Amino acid sequence: MNSKIMKQAFIKSFPVMAGYIVLGIGFGILLRNAGYGVLWALVASVFIYAGSMQYVGVGLIAGGASVLTTLITTLTVNARHLFYSISMIDRYKNSKPYKPYLIFALTDETYSLLCDGAPDDVDNPELYYFLVSFLNQCYWIIGSVAGNLLGSVLPFSTAGIEFSMTALFIASFTEQWLVSQDHIPALTGLISAFVCLMIFGANKFLIPAMLLITLILTIFRRRKEANQ
Amino acid sequence: MTSAILVAVMAAATILLCFLPFLIFREKTPRYIVYLGEVLPAATIGMLVIYCFKDVSVLSAPFGIPELTAAACVIGLQIWKRNLLISILGGTVFYMILIQMIVIT
Repeated sequence: MNSKIMKQAFIKSFPVMAGYIVLGIGFGILLRNAGYGVLWALVASVFIYAGSMQYVGVGLIAGGASVLTTLITTLTVNARHLFYSISMIDRYKNSKPYKPYLIFALTDETYSLLCDGAPDDVDNPELYYFLVSFLNQCYWIIGSVAGNLLGSVLPFSTAGIEFSMTALFIASFTEQWLVSQDHIPALTGLISAFVCLMIFGANKFLIPAMLLITLILTIFRRRKEANQ
Repeated sequence: MTSAILVAVMAAATILLCFLPFLIFREKTPRYIVYLGEVLPAATIGMLVIYCFKDVSVLSAPFGIPELTAAACVIGLQIWKRNLLISILGGTVFYMILIQMIVIT
């Protein structure tokens, strides 16, 4: 393997490494507290591999949710993956043989690292995308297994560790706000979700919120085109 | 056993969502979909922020104060340092200290 490209991918993935290990540890501890051992942590992080969904999933399996509830919750919480995939269709067009894995491994963080493409001095962008995606999943797996194993022997209380997911989203939201000129999409998401939470309640607001967001952003697109 | 089925359902649904756009828009991506691909990630993160606060009650003690102050801490750290990791770690540790103090007192 080309060691230069490995180094480039590792440097790119570095900011995610610590974040994924911390978030993974949080997930591993939650799972352990719910009564599920290390094999569960490993299987979930290898096959589901969706950070926030895995946090939500702990509640589902521990609470004995139905298959239908689990299906609908997963589709709603992870619906944003549709959008990530949509915006990567062109970039991943010629990425065989890595394509299936690249699509599978497109998490929030991997998306945020790769949506701008590879640096100009990368010889093989497809291999680079693969390495960044794969390294990220390795960090996540290491974190969740470690958290599950160590959770019970940590010398301090882990109450409140679940805030790491909230902190991740708030920090990403803030960063996106700082770098973008157009705040309409961000505000649309925030306000629509809040309104739907008030109307439909905590357990049913995600689907209406996504529909409302899509509707409002579609209206804004019409208006933008009419102005041009 | 039931838990194993639920994990399988979560994995299958997640994989389906990732692959669906690639299967549907094989040839040329419609402009409307490209537009959605540009604006939806920001909107979705906004929605997920609300999602994280869905079980926080501002009407009963501790009135969401730990969550809101820790959230402000994350925003402040991010504006100051522009580093996701510092913001996440700082906010989470701050939150853990807050709620563990409240539980004790």
